[in-house]
Amino acid sequence: MNIGVFVCHCGSNIAGTVDTEAVAKTALTFREVVFATDTMYACSEPGQAGIVDAIKTYDLDGVVVASCTPRMHEATFRRTLERAGLNKYMFEMANIREHVSWIGKDKEANTRKAEELVHMAVEKLRRNDYLEAGEFDINKRVMVIGGGVAGIQAALDCADGGLEVILVEREPSIGGKMSKLDKTFPTVDCSSCILGPKMVDVAQHPNITMYTLSEIESVKGFVGNFDVTVRRKAAYVDWDTCTGCGECTTKCPSKKTPDRFNEFIGQTTAINIPFPQAIPKKASINAEACLKLTKDKCGACAKICPTEAIRFDQQDELVNEQVGAIIAATGYDLFDFTKYGEYGGGRYPDVITSMQYERLLSASGPTEGHIKRPSDGAEPKDIVFIQCVGSRDKSIGRPYCSGFCCMYTAKQTILTKDHMPDSQSYVFYMDIRAPGKNYDEFTRRAMEEYGARYIRGRVSAIQPKNGRYLVKGADTLLGEQVEIEADLIVLAVGAEAAKGANELAEKLRISYDPYGFFMEGHPKLKPVETNTAGIYLAGSCQGPKDIPSSVAQGDAAAAKVLALFSKDKLASDPQVSNVKLVRCIGCGKCESVCPFGAIEMIDFRGMPKASVVETVCQGCGVCTAACPQGAIQLSHFTDNQILAEVNTLCL
Amino acid sequence: MSVNEGKELRIIGFLCNWCSYAGADTAGVGRFAQPTDLRIVRLPCTGRINPLFIVRAFMNGADGVLVSGCHPRDCHYSEGNFYARRRLEVLKALLPVIGVDPGRFEYTWVSASEGQRWRSVVTSFTEQVHALGPMPSFKSGTSLDMCLCQMDQTQVL
Repeated sequence: MNIGVFVCHCGSNIAGTVDTEAVAKTALTFREVVFATDTMYACSEPGQAGIVDAIKTYDLDGVVVASCTPRMHEATFRRTLERAGLNKYMFEMANIREHVSWIGKDKEANTRKAEELVHMAVEKLRRNDYLEAGEFDINKRVMVIGGGVAGIQAALDCADGGLEVILVEREPSIGGKMSKLDKTFPTVDCSSCILGPKMVDVAQHPNITMYTLSEIESVKGFVGNFDVTVRRKAAYVDWDTCTGCGECTTKCPSKKTPDRFNEFIGQTTAINIPFPQAIPKKASINAEACLKLTKDKCGACAKICPTEAIRFDQQDELVNEQVGAIIAATGYDLFDFTKYGEYGGGRYPDVITSMQYERLLSASGPTEGHIKRPSDGAEPKDIVFIQCVGSRDKSIGRPYCSGFCCMYTAKQTILTKDHMPDSQSYVFYMDIRAPGKNYDEFTRRAMEEYGARYIRGRVSAIQPKNGRYLVKGADTLLGEQVEIEADLIVLAVGAEAAKGANELAEKLRISYDPYGFFMEGHPKLKPVETNTAGIYLAGSCQGPKDIPSSVAQGDAAAAKVLALFSKDKLASDPQVSNVKLVRCIGCGKCESVCPFGAIEMIDFRGMPKASVVETVCQGCGVCTAACPQGAIQLSHFTDNQILAEVNTLCL
Repeated sequence: MSVNEGKELRIIGFLCNWCSYAGADTAGVGRFAQPTDLRIVRLPCTGRINPLFIVRAFMNGADGVLVSGCHPRDCHYSEGNFYARRRLEVLKALLPVIGVDPGRFEYTWVSASEGQRWRSVVTSFTEQVHALGPMPSFKSGTSLDMCLCQMDQTQVL
């Protein structure tokens, strides 16, 4: 075997702390290495051309590139090999950047480490085999999880592209957080006026099936062939016959049911339609508040319903859907404002969250757009906004910036002035972060045109005083203490991962970060892909995002799915397990450990033997480690290959 | 083997591709300085690890072995790390029997986003192995050697 080794400088990224020339020189002493060189940027056009030339000149059978992580450029170099006519699996990579040059400054130690990593790669490559990818069919349906604006956008794009879309939403209506907003920044557009038509499009699109009040129960399968079980929770109303007339809500006696949609500042009925523009516009019963379901009394809704749609005995239903790709667009939740005792959130009725304030501003909210204090219903005059509640604070485990709070606070001060021209807004802020198109101009307008008083500093305490509240804080620009008497305090709560995000990530087999936001494939180059093929991200489930970014990511995820589905068949990864029939004793251990059911026991001349279904095998290698005979081997990660690497390091 | 003038010890890491290898990449991208002793073997999943790989590493003179995979319930292959956990627990119990200080072996979970955690795992494990010093060499006839013979018979080598 003729092996060529290419040691990349990566500019000074590697060459700065690794003697790449020396590594290449040492590599020449390794077995079967016939050519070794250092190269400025192996991944660049001339770098790749150099590899192709060397393959032809030196008649190479295999190539080792020592550069960055294989997670970055393995695919790039495999294509290079294919261009030169080699099987793309005759390639190994030594990670001498992320694992060497970037984590240590000792050039001597780094160089030695790089040499050893190259040696490992060479020894593994010597045992590589030609592998050929097969093909498998794909199911060109897509599931979008989450019906917020990102999910809606992704679903509409996919559906317009001709795909069949399953949209799953946890709440009774799609619309997400955006449907709760009164206006949007920086245009002060009416939120439901721009979102509403999109929600209607979803309902009317022939390619979209909606499951609201539904959650993901389990996900099986792999790219092109996922098998998802959806739990449709009981609404206690037959939605096929419910017309959404709302007659039931007028007769329901449980009129003090907590109103989730209105962020618990209003009350609703036990049977309700969350908001007038809800899609689907169907009633559902809150089982905890319904007299019939809790005490077996009442049943007024069933009597009044003109279509007899009420079903008190309805149960959760499990629905199976086969899809080829999944877009996760599960959004975010708001920070629990009671965690800051000094602000009195949860203790003082007039300390509310920004989302609650948004509901007070909204014409479809519990106060029909009149700003009223929750305590006494009076119109507030002095309103204090406190920013960064649950953002940029290490002490509560939220060191990140939620990104949109500065903007919505500015918007809320503008709306406050519009609603009540003689009111005064005060904003306690840490920094103003307004880096979008027309964003900074917008915050300026709030201050200059609408007279919001911005105070740079934090609030230390809020105390009730004669029916009002004394807000004590610091003005760090003037270097003095400030005390403001306020009627209403609005906390600009930050974003955190949606409840249940971790469990969903585990079902989807995607990664999440320490805060519970889903991990993208690459922070810069793969913003909507995940490390699991066929699963994409859109919106705030990946990290806090404002509406334009969420919409853009919804579009992007849809584009990824459409690109994936533009092929009729997908190439299977040939790095799957293989059974050596002569060694297999038919014990069935591999069959029982395989997480994917990819191994079946067959009859071979009267003897039981294991057989791998190649399109189902995902290449984890759990079977290989379980086999007492070494009969089942994961291609490209065989016992021989791994032991060769271990031996190289030790012997 | 070129053990580096006593400054470095031979530490081998078996990392799954999806979480811990990526976590080590994240640490690199963040320029989190780490000891240089560790050499990483990339595997698809910790479930791919045959505990005998680790025995073999010790047999051949490794001073420490570190295994790291996805956090339980976050495995790219659903349950590979559960298999790994069981197998490695058994290995842990076996190591003192064959004469290897259990402090030379550790398994842990590091996700793709946990660059900081990876740095602290590598740093503390390296310190732990340095505290134990180089691995005493094994003569033939010891239990570890017999173990290896057993392995040679069963594995395709």
